Amino acid sequence: MNLLGVLIDPNYLGPIFIGLMALAVLVYAILDGYDLGVGIVLHRQDEAMRDTQIASIGPFWDANETWLVLAIGLMLIAFPEAYNILLQELYVPATIMLGGLILRGVAFDFRAKVAMENKNLWDHIFRAGSLIVALSQGYMLGQYICGFSDDSLTIVFSLLSAFGVAAAYSYIGSCWLVMKTEGELQKYSAKAARLSGLLMALGIASVCIVNPWINPEVYDRWFSFPNNLLLWVIPIISAAIFLFADQVLKRVPAENDYGCWIPFVLAVVLFLNCFQGIVVSFYPDVIPGRLSLFDAVAAPEALGFIFWGAVIVVPVILAYTAYSYRVFWGKATALRYF
Amino acid sequence: MDIVIDTIMLSRVQFALNISFHILFPTITIALCWALLFFKIRLHQTGDEVWMRCYRFWVKIFALTFALGVVSGITMSFQFGTNWPGFMEKAGNIAGPLLGYEVLTAFFLEATFLGVMLFGIDRVSPRMHTIATAIVALGTTASAFWILALNSWMQTPTGFEIRGGVIFPVDWWAVIFNPSFPYRFFHMLLASLITACFLLMGVSAYRLLKGDHKPAPRITLKLAAMVAAVAVPVQIFVGDLHGLNTLEHQPAKVAAMEGVWDTERGADLLLFALPDEEKRENHFEFGIPNMASWILTHDANGEIKGLNEFKGEHPPVAPVFWSFRVMVGTGLLMLLIAWALSWQLWRKGEASPLLLRATVAMSFSGWLATLAGWYVSEIGRQPFLVQGVLTTSEAATTIHEGNVLFSLILYAVLYGGLLVAYIHTVFLMARKSAKLEAPNTNNSGIETGGSPQWDLTPSNTQANKGA
Repeated sequence: MNLLGVLIDPNYLGPIFIGLMALAVLVYAILDGYDLGVGIVLHRQDEAMRDTQIASIGPFWDANETWLVLAIGLMLIAFPEAYNILLQELYVPATIMLGGLILRGVAFDFRAKVAMENKNLWDHIFRAGSLIVALSQGYMLGQYICGFSDDSLTIVFSLLSAFGVAAAYSYIGSCWLVMKTEGELQKYSAKAARLSGLLMALGIASVCIVNPWINPEVYDRWFSFPNNLLLWVIPIISAAIFLFADQVLKRVPAENDYGCWIPFVLAVVLFLNCFQGIVVSFYPDVIPGRLSLFDAVAAPEALGFIFWGAVIVVPVILAYTAYSYRVFWGKATALRYF
Repeated sequence: MDIVIDTIMLSRVQFALNISFHILFPTITIALCWALLFFKIRLHQTGDEVWMRCYRFWVKIFALTFALGVVSGITMSFQFGTNWPGFMEKAGNIAGPLLGYEVLTAFFLEATFLGVMLFGIDRVSPRMHTIATAIVALGTTASAFWILALNSWMQTPTGFEIRGGVIFPVDWWAVIFNPSFPYRFFHMLLASLITACFLLMGVSAYRLLKGDHKPAPRITLKLAAMVAAVAVPVQIFVGDLHGLNTLEHQPAKVAAMEGVWDTERGADLLLFALPDEEKRENHFEFGIPNMASWILTHDANGEIKGLNEFKGEHPPVAPVFWSFRVMVGTGLLMLLIAWALSWQLWRKGEASPLLLRATVAMSFSGWLATLAGWYVSEIGRQPFLVQGVLTTSEAATTIHEGNVLFSLILYAVLYGGLLVAYIHTVFLMARKSAKLEAPNTNNSGIETGGSPQWDLTPSNTQANKGA
């Protein structure tokens, strides 16, 4: 790969690929976050509402999940050692998550095709599957942050993180519904958003308190002057955004549906901030405290080959993703196979 | 053969289960999407609404099949790390980028345009909708390209070097277009085409038997039968070429397929035998004299290397031997059905109820042949994971066997349930369609979409909203 050597210093490959991976994880958390969230807050009584809720994510969920495959794929490509450690350590929660993903992915299609009396069953499976995925992802995040162990403190922290992530997904999912629906369903979604938002805020706050307490390294980063001045901007802004979003949600439905998109956009910004917080806490470690990206990075021959492909293809992916969102712009309508 | 229930064995069973379940669905969708594109193109050309009806019915089955393929595929991307960490450590520099290209060039493409294809007909122009269908078809085929490049590289690795026990790519062209790739790629694409044809035929025959006299199932039946009648012989030819390629690069696999223990000239083509690995011989042999030599070397007295030349480095014989016979046997049966059906439809314009019933029974015969073929290929590569470079046991995880047993049971229960639900739902949809009255032929053209719910009974309208 002489071409690679000329244009890119192999030493930059680690940071470039960790950046790409982080981007994929972030985009995944936002995109699949909202469609998992819609699954969690699936209306319990009203079938017509459920149909609309699912219609709002129908055209997107498959592509959203692909970001998870990309994130895990980039890790496999660029940091095979980290990929192995991560999946070996998280074997059981990862398996449970996959079980949940399988169930909710197929429930989507089965619910529309089976006999009426079975439709409710698939709706339950869809809701349960979405919740299982969110909880296990949160649990894995907690384990990851604590450096994988099975002492009781870690497990309590991971459970906390599991509920935090499930609440966060419900929050962004409800905000998505506020934007994509109207009438009763929109009101229901705003209520669901406020409730899950509160749970999410509690979850994030406790993670922020516990994390520095169990990771001395993280403690140093957040509490050493003057670094922390810059860092503390993140939680303060986040709190302000959250309160503002809550005010908007309180006023739903607004006249002429004014600003129905605001909560969703703010939720995305909140996700961005949380993600930044994690990155700031652990960079440049791929596995906190165990593996830095400079030790773990794969061979330049392999990375160069995929790098140029990614440079060309990723913008194309973003372009047609944007196209797809434009096609399905506006309030969700009932989905038919046309 | 004693089977040890340990982490490696459990991991192998689990991987086999996962990949077997997964491959069922792409095998259908790769070709079915081209069939959908064909329906759309015929619609544009003729303006005949019957093509839209074919599309409408089959796109639902496509969507369901695709969803099952997606979710079982996500599991695959985790399997390498959870159960085969040695594979990524040693071969990650090759496997990683190939899988990466599959995600980048195929998964996003098909997933995104699938949304437009399934739900966008009211929102995009008819032309754009057909383009979306074409893009999804391209995406599924591109996905097959990359994954078969990787699998073929594991069978016949080229274009790499080993430094410090780790594999490094030297020549990506040689890695991708390794010696067995073209054969395996076309063999698999044809397998997909034939599998989809038999599903189209089987479900259409089912609808006819249920008294569905609308033109759509007739047309689909005839079309699929004609395509299968040509595709199956072509597949036999391509399969033969693939076998010759295997003989050149993986002779131990071919020896196991043919059940040849000692190197011999004029080897028989065994129709039946019970290979005995301990005594290293076959029991109850029954075969056609000299035929194996003739097929493999095109010389009745050609030499075929026996398993004893690869002692300790050849695959378990019986599973490879029998999988091969199941594949060929199923293939021949498919040839018979496809030809008989084409003959009757061509000469009489309709098929006999008996043949229709046989066709229904063969709806998923493509699955059987495809799985059996893959078992020949994958078990036949053992004890290696990457032929001659990395053994399967070197790559396995060392995590506790209880964990693997847990995941294995979870997947087995899930997949068993889903398989039953899938097959049940496909025939349920056929019954629903069959119950309906013939459509009003006054509505034609795609702009109006006919009456959009022509194929839904009022009570089912609700059920067909949503994905």
